[in-house]
Amino acid sequence: MSFDASNLARAHEIVAQYPRPKSAILPLAHLAQDQDGWLSPEAMREIAELVGVTPAEVNGTCSFYTMFKRRPCGKYVVSVCTNVTCLVLGGPEILEHLEERYAGDGDVTVEEVECLAACGNAPSMQVNYEFHEHLNPEVAAAIVDDYKSGVLTARGVSGGRK
Amino acid sequence: MTAVETRLVTKRLHDRPEDSWTIDGAIASGAYASLKQALTMTPEAIGQEEVKASGLRGRGGAGFPAATKWSFLAPDSYPRYLVVNGDEGEPSTFKDRMLIERDPHQLIEGIAIAAFSVGCHLAFVYLRGEFALGYERVMQAVRDAHEHGFLGKDIQGSGFDLDIVVHRGAGAYICGEESALIESLEGERGMPRIKPPFPAVEGLYAKPTVVNNVETLSTLPHIIAMGGEKYAEYGVNRSTGTRLFSVSGHVKKPGNYEVELGITFRDLIYSPELGGGIRDDRPVKFMIPGGASSQWLTGSDEHLDAPLDMDYVQQTFGVMLGSGAVMVYDDTTDPTLVAWRLAKFFAHESCGKCTPCREGAGWIEKVLYRISHGQGRPGDLDLLFSVGNSISPGVTNAPFTQTTICPLGPSVVSSVASLHRYFKDEVTAMCEPGHRSIPVTAGEPA
Repeated sequence: MSFDASNLARAHEIVAQYPRPKSAILPLAHLAQDQDGWLSPEAMREIAELVGVTPAEVNGTCSFYTMFKRRPCGKYVVSVCTNVTCLVLGGPEILEHLEERYAGDGDVTVEEVECLAACGNAPSMQVNYEFHEHLNPEVAAAIVDDYKSGVLTARGVSGGRK
Repeated sequence: MTAVETRLVTKRLHDRPEDSWTIDGAIASGAYASLKQALTMTPEAIGQEEVKASGLRGRGGAGFPAATKWSFLAPDSYPRYLVVNGDEGEPSTFKDRMLIERDPHQLIEGIAIAAFSVGCHLAFVYLRGEFALGYERVMQAVRDAHEHGFLGKDIQGSGFDLDIVVHRGAGAYICGEESALIESLEGERGMPRIKPPFPAVEGLYAKPTVVNNVETLSTLPHIIAMGGEKYAEYGVNRSTGTRLFSVSGHVKKPGNYEVELGITFRDLIYSPELGGGIRDDRPVKFMIPGGASSQWLTGSDEHLDAPLDMDYVQQTFGVMLGSGAVMVYDDTTDPTLVAWRLAKFFAHESCGKCTPCREGAGWIEKVLYRISHGQGRPGDLDLLFSVGNSISPGVTNAPFTQTTICPLGPSVVSSVASLHRYFKDEVTAMCEPGHRSIPVTAGEPA
């Protein structure tokens, strides 16, 4: 999918911010992912044209970074931390519960992530990069359900469609 | 005497929880006064007098003196860049996120002061990709600062120009290493560069570049306001000033606490104003200071009574204050499980450039997995040592020796060295045939 008109204008602005266009690969990849919900090969080809490198170079850069989803994923990306503070306060149990509960639910992609810098209220997770802290398995599932039912609105930043 | 917080950098966000991140809230509580003052000074007087006198050391992990770092910039070479390291990813460190989300104007003010001092007109704020709220707030703050004449052309009539580009990372811990961060900012895979040349000589776009941490820059307005010498009265020895410590784990009151350097670990963990003690009043089994890369300490009096002094803890115990994290574990915790999870983290985050780290971290993770999951084999501790020795020669010196370009590899060895030093008998017993691991107790959220 290619950038829509307003995102294309934004893409040109982003490229112009940098002394070298190639620096815009990460921000443009975020922009594409915000729009499409994932980073498609088509988007990477368009980014390559915008910054003047080959599509392989864009793929080479983007494949290094775990936030870029190079396959379509659910409308809600639920990122559960299991790193060392969440580990001893129940993070793995939350991950297991959510993985079971939303197995086969195309709207929800549950992923295990590294430390989210939310250890003060561990265990923690993000839904489309919005922080949710102080969780247990039931509370975490209730939050995801709230997104699904529209009680909570997902932030339109990378990882999930608006 | 009860240890308490000394709030300089965190004052505004505590005083104005309702609007500390807005331009109005920030200006009403004194933001940008230090910038105005700095713009009347000479660049040299800021860096090589005030900041030098303050003794400010980098708050990102390495603890390098800020003024000295600035002084390494290749002279007469322009343009030069200031890059803000907001890629906070060190496990159990969550202080920069708080400063980014809740006081972005303090950060911008610090950036402007630093940029004026080093002669830079374009600064980059590299934010961790996951910080979506932080990104929105910093973007808004940059726009508002422009409108109020604190960024852009001819700032406050001084003739000084500065623009800030806010750049989001995308989920790579290694980009917190300054040369990897620069690679990432150039649109590359975030792999550390071989040094020299150091970024101060050839950094971003091969131009002289300073990379400073969010907390380091957020401290600058306070140094300008009170004067470097006054700031240096806070703290102890070469660890001057205040620091944010991210206290987490089995403490009753986890959180970020800004304290004067020199108070003890016991103060930080047990003071009712700070960590508040351990859940159910259990004993501390071990603690990891400085983030996941450091070696560990135990709950012994010797360790609990050690001062938060960067040089003292390194010279005495071989640990770091690093990024300011302090993870505390009570006696229900299986240290091999924590060590395994850290190894898993480092194996995942190794960029793959150096063989000892790429391969070694994976093997250490595998061996620690089987030990922590009840399948340890006799000789596993020796095996961990053998692998660790290839990454960080001497092992017990980890993370201060390395065969790799950057310190990520040695960081995985830190926990191996710590297991050997403090829990040798426990780990050896877990490597006996038939042993089952102690299950982790999942605590109730406080």
